[in-house]
Amino acid sequence: MSIDVKEYIASGILELYVAGELSPEENLEVQHYAIQYPEIRKEIEEIEKAILELTKAASSKMPQDGFAKVKAEIGDVIPFTPEASSGKGTPWGSYLGWAASVLLAIGLFWMYTENSKLKSEIELTNQEKQSLEDILSDTREEITGKETLLQEIRDKNVTVIALGGQTVSPSSYAKAYWNKEERKVIIDAQGLPEPPDGFTYQVWSLKLDPLTPTSIGLLDDFASQNTKLFTLENANESEAFGITLEPEGGSESPTLEQLYTLGAVGS
Amino acid sequence: MDLDNLIQQFQKKDTVAFETLYNMYAENICGAINVIVKDSERSQEICQDVFVKIWEKSDQYDASKGRFFTWILNIARNAAIDEVRSKTHKNQKKNLPVDSLVGIFENGEDLNSKMDTIGLQSLLKGLKEKCILLIDMLYFKGYTQKEAAKELNTPIGTIKTRIRSCISNIRKNMA
Repeated sequence: MSIDVKEYIASGILELYVAGELSPEENLEVQHYAIQYPEIRKEIEEIEKAILELTKAASSKMPQDGFAKVKAEIGDVIPFTPEASSGKGTPWGSYLGWAASVLLAIGLFWMYTENSKLKSEIELTNQEKQSLEDILSDTREEITGKETLLQEIRDKNVTVIALGGQTVSPSSYAKAYWNKEERKVIIDAQGLPEPPDGFTYQVWSLKLDPLTPTSIGLLDDFASQNTKLFTLENANESEAFGITLEPEGGSESPTLEQLYTLGAVGS
Repeated sequence: MDLDNLIQQFQKKDTVAFETLYNMYAENICGAINVIVKDSERSQEICQDVFVKIWEKSDQYDASKGRFFTWILNIARNAAIDEVRSKTHKNQKKNLPVDSLVGIFENGEDLNSKMDTIGLQSLLKGLKEKCILLIDMLYFKGYTQKEAAKELNTPIGTIKTRIRSCISNIRKNMA
């Protein structure tokens, strides 16, 4: 980046820089240019010189020992007082000194343990905070998921089909939310018992005349799916939906003896 | 040793470097305070305090935020303004008289301040009153551009070019 140095100097920005009236960004800019262009650096120094002259002229006569006073204030000088030594008598001072250092050591040790305790408490609190945050984010995700699902179910193109329990399990029931436009079926399998080991539910789209079943998918991981809601693709002109229990991996055609629920579209 | 090195040493709490900086700037800092406080003895006291403060705050100076002198001038200015405020019980910067430098320049008879009025007058020779006011506001009182523009009843855009020409006048007077 190059600038017109003369113009930059003439703008008066350097005068404001010396006055300390620029924003942090402008300050950095000026410094950047001062490094890049020696003329700018020199100009800044000249401006500062003018202000130095002016402030100097406004001063009264300076005291000779000015810095000595400042130095005394900043505690640079630590007065050294030699100990008045006495050859005899009990060195109480020495005992006191030892006692004080023992106390100090105890105090330091106590502070150290307190400090460690506090540190581990902080650690613990941080961990708790982290796990709460995790729970919160999980919950948020779950809510979002459910909201999306609810939106899908509420869609005006969705047809709801109630699937009633059949001979093998009369108390079973399920629901199919079929969005024909989007070719999607959401199966609510809340009312189905957990499948035995090695078996899985399979969902079928049925044409009634003649009876033609087409598999549209499996309700895998049934036990771990808390909501018992399953989204499947369905591009068929379905007239009914049925759910059968099949060996894991599904079957080519439905095992009708294991038909758990069945329901016709539009009934 | 150049200024940057000196400041680095000072920030490492080197009293020798600090003494050098004191000798470089004490008179300027005391002068800046004197313009506001207008009492040479009190100004000297505040000036000592300001240098103690500079020492204590040494780690707060950051070269990326501006010149070292700008930094210490700002500390001095605040200390001087605090002094005047505590005296007058006024709480606004606005309430500070803005004509201090002008007054000193025009009558040069402020006995309490014991300034080098001849030196000041030769530096400010030929400067318009508005110029002196502006210098007073920006360098001695720490007004922002906006505040100075309001006080002078002029658009904020003109402050930059105006201060440029005012300082240039002083530089000509120095030559």
